Order: sequence, then C-alpha cells, then structure tokens
Amino acid sequence: MSLETLGWQGLVILVLFGLSLLIATYCTYAERVIAAFLQDRVGPDRAGPYGLAQPLADAVKMFTKEEFFPGGANKALFIFGPCLAMVTALMSSAVIPFGNFLKFGDTVVHLQGIEINVGMLYVFGIVSLGVYGIMIGGWASNNKFSLLGAIRAASQNISYELAMGLALIAVLMMSGTLSLREITLQQSVPGEWHFWNIVKQPLGFIIFCVCAFAETNRTPFDLPECETELVGGYHTEYSSMKLGLYLFAEYINVFVASAVMSVLYFGGFNFPFQYELSQWLQSSRGLSADMAQNVISILGFAGLFLKIFAFIFFFMWVRWTLPRFRYDQLMRLGWTILIPLAIFNILLTGGLINFGVIAEVKQWWLTSPIAVR
Amino acid sequence: MQSLSNRAKKLEKKPFTLAERAYLPAIFQGLSITMRHFFMKKATIRYPEETRPFSPVFRGLHVLKRDEQGRERCTACGLCAVACPAEAITMVAGERKKGEQNLYREEKYAVSYEINMLRCIFCGLCEEACPKAAIYLQADKMAPPRYERDEFIYGKDRLVEPVSPDNRSKRGIQLTPEQADKLRSQLA
Ligand code: SF4
Ligand code: SF4
Repeated sequence: MSLETLGWQGLVILVLFGLSLLIATYCTYAERVIAAFLQDRVGPDRAGPYGLAQPLADAVKMFTKEEFFPGGANKALFIFGPCLAMVTALMSSAVIPFGNFLKFGDTVVHLQGIEINVGMLYVFGIVSLGVYGIMIGGWASNNKFSLLGAIRAASQNISYELAMGLALIAVLMMSGTLSLREITLQQSVPGEWHFWNIVKQPLGFIIFCVCAFAETNRTPFDLPECETELVGGYHTEYSSMKLGLYLFAEYINVFVASAVMSVLYFGGFNFPFQYELSQWLQSSRGLSADMAQNVISILGFAGLFLKIFAFIFFFMWVRWTLPRFRYDQLMRLGWTILIPLAIFNILLTGGLINFGVIAEVKQWWLTSPIAVR
Repeated sequence: MQSLSNRAKKLEKKPFTLAERAYLPAIFQGLSITMRHFFMKKATIRYPEETRPFSPVFRGLHVLKRDEQGRERCTACGLCAVACPAEAITMVAGERKKGEQNLYREEKYAVSYEINMLRCIFCGLCEEACPKAAIYLQADKMAPPRYERDEFIYGKDRLVEPVSPDNRSKRGIQLTPEQADKLRSQLA
C-alpha cells in the first residue's frame, strides 16, 4: 500500500468516525422527535430550526452538570466503565464496509475503516466486550440497583449472543467467508437486486434482529436500565457526561447494529439496478469505467446509510410501541425459542446447501463475468 | 354467583393460538397502530405562539374596575376579603379627602388593596360578594408565572383598571361609545 493510499485511508477512517459520532448525536434528537410523533406530539422544536440544535444544548447540559461520585464507589472503575462502553461501541464500526471503493488513477480508496478477513468475528468480539463497560460501571457504583442492572445486562447479552451467533452461522455457511466486504459483494448479482441475504435467510434475519435489540439493550429488552424497577439500572449513580457517554454508547451500538444488519441481510452498499446504471453512465454519459464505479460507490454509500437510517428508525419505532419484557420472559424467549429456532435455521440452510439450491446460485455468481473480486 | 347488575361478562382463559404465541403478528399490529399515529395530526399547542381559546366564563386575573367617570368603584368594605376562602385579599381603608371626588366614587376607599395570587384559587367568590361591582375576574387574562414569591402579591398598581376608556375588559362594565367619549372629554 502506497503512502498516498494510506493517507486517503486515514481520511476515510476519520470521516467514518466523525459520521458515526454525528449520527449517534442526532439519534438522541431523532429518538425524541420520533417518540413524540408516535405519541401525537411534536417533540423538541425550540433549539434552532426544528430543534436541530437540541443535541448541542443537551451536550452543554451534560457537561455543566455536577460530577457525582457515590460514597464507597471504586473511583477508578467508576470512570473506566463509561469509557469502556464508549470505546467498544466506537471500535466495532471499524470493519463495516460503508461503501465499495473509489479509484483515482492508481489510488484505490476503500470506503471502509479496515478490511480484515474475520470482520464479522471482530464485530462479535467487540460487541461482547461492550458488556464489560456496563458490568464495571454497575459494579463500581456500590449500589444494589446498579449491580442488578449490570447482572441483568451480562446474562442477557450472553444469552442473546448465542442465538445471534447461531443465526449468523447460517449466513456464514452460505457465504463461506467472515469478511463483511465479501459478504456484501456476494449479495450483488447483476440485475437481481432481490438477491440480498434477507431472501435466503428470512428466519435468520428475524432471529438476528431480535437479538440485536437485546444486545443493544433497547426496548423491549431494556431490562438493564429498566426505570420502573431499578431506578436507572446500571447507570443509576451516573451523572454529567459519564451518563452521557453511556447513553451515547447505546446509540452508537444501535447504529452499528443497524449497519451490521444492513450489510449482512440487506445487501450492504449494493442497491437495485447498480449495474444497469453503471452501464448507462458509461455508454450514454461517456464516463470511464473508473468514474462510473466511483459514482456507483458514492450512491452505494448513501444507499447503505439510508438502510441504516431505516433500521435506526425501526429501533425507535419498536421502542415506542412495545412494552418491556419481564425478565423470565426474556430468558425463556432467548433460550427456549430463539436458540432452537436458530439451530433449526442452520439445519435448514445446511439442507438447502446440500441439495444444491444455494450452491447452484453461488456457482452462477462466481462464474459471472462481473464478479469483481 | 348471581351478578347484581346482570352485566357481568364471563371470561374464559383460552389457550393461546399459534399466531398469538408466535407474538410477531401482535407486534406488527402494534407497529401499524403507532405508525398511524406518526402521521396523525398532532395534539400539541405550541404555547407562547399559539394559545388555546379561553372559555367565556374563565376566571382569570382580577381587575378593580372604575366607573363611567373613571373613579375607583371599590369602597373597601372588606366583603370580598371575608368571602375569600383562601384569604388572599388584604386591604387598608382610608377616607376620601376633599378634591378627590374624581378619583374615588365613595367616601371610603381602599388605600391599599392586595391580592396574593399564590393563595388565590380563582373561585370568583370575591366577585360575587362585591356590592359595588368593583372586582371582577377577567376572562382573558391569567396571572403569569414569576421568579419571586413577592411578585405574586398584586397591589393596586397592577389591579386597578388603567384610566383609559379604550381599555375595556371582556367582562365587567362595558362602556358605550357615548360614555367613552364623555370620559375622554373629562380626562382631557
Ligand atoms: S377568586 Fe376566590 S380565592 Fe381568589 S381572591 Fe377572589 S375570593 Fe379569594
Ligand atoms: S372590592 Fe368590592 S367587596 Fe371588596 S372591598 Fe372593594 S367594594 Fe368591598
């Protein structure tokens, strides 16, 4: 990799980092507006036009609030908790392919933080680290409610990670790779935009989606912070920007979960008729092949973000529709329904692959002339 | 057991059907309901810019009325203070001096007259008790919020109707145009 490419790649990483922060910031605003709209209200509309400066006002509020340390708390861990939650949340978006590549002459810039061949495993590892942030924070608070919230978070995340992993295995069996970029590219078959994984893995997607809700501690699975029982759950004792970091980390997690779902099941940066568009750009508009690819890449980038926003909206929509599960219901759903379903899904997928249904399609993809590798 | 009203409904706990146990149909039903609300007309009234119409019988901020000649009607009889269930009204009575006939209608008048709006429950009993038709609760004004408690004690400076024929409240004594003209010429 040349130095120039490296520089470009660094820029891409910075942009993606900033974008995920910005999106998380505006998630707080979106959450409130969407909640309001679903409840026949209008939501925050005072700070700036349409209340768009609301996140800034919130940040000022968070930063100027009193920094409180509960008596008997382990101070170092108390600070470490929210930091860890935030760091792990931010790290997981590194491997997500937000777009194909841009090509200027010899420089090829991939719109992705970093491409590693175990991308999905990396996301999984980081996400499961995320629960330590909650655990440590809840433990260090020296508060029974916080501790209960933290324990709930831990057991919930472990339970749902299993079902999530099993749902994912079905996808991996079909794609034969852990690289998110590969998985995305395999979902683009010329002229067949409905070749996205959701068509091949509907059951797997539902399981994955439910688990994603549980992993990000969103309603109906927000038992770790369940206000009605645990005051504020694991962040009961937190105030000021440390609380802000926890809330922020949750939104980044929602963003990453949406991105992963879009990439795994909804074609990532592919969008309908991209090949037709590329051909049209080259033939009627006289663009070079590289330029056409660049246009497609940028459109794909925007398309992926549209998908992500749709998922984020869905997260919020569900939050303001469904009531919270009871803890035993949560565990029963995870262990006795989702995990067997996911195993059944694996068997089903294995059967389909064995009888050649999927292999045939894959073969066709591999031999197709446009399969850019 | 025989139900008393004969309206009791017998409920049976049926086992869940498959669709109910799958839970997803119910979720989608719920999601569609909230989505419908997403596009509904919003119930919010953006307060300072928009206000709700007041009811014509709304009992709001008090006003001490003047008569047709611009004289204060209140005679400091104290009936309003006695009638007040919240003991919100206090006053100090004084005797009208010579040459003040154009200021006060009666020989005895209220030197100071205070209503504590934090105590007041806006029941309107003072208005009913007044024999001189001096105090009214306006239908179109409220006691606005303040930062300090003593700002809620309204003295005569804020209660007495300003001396302007155009300043007519929706309730209380309405001046006819002729009366208003007369008052204007007197004031000039
Ligand atoms: S409205 Fe009722 S409470 Fe208020 S001052 Fe008059 S009598 Fe008292
Ligand atoms: S407002 Fe009416 S009732 Fe009260 S002191 Fe004056 S004249 Fe009497």
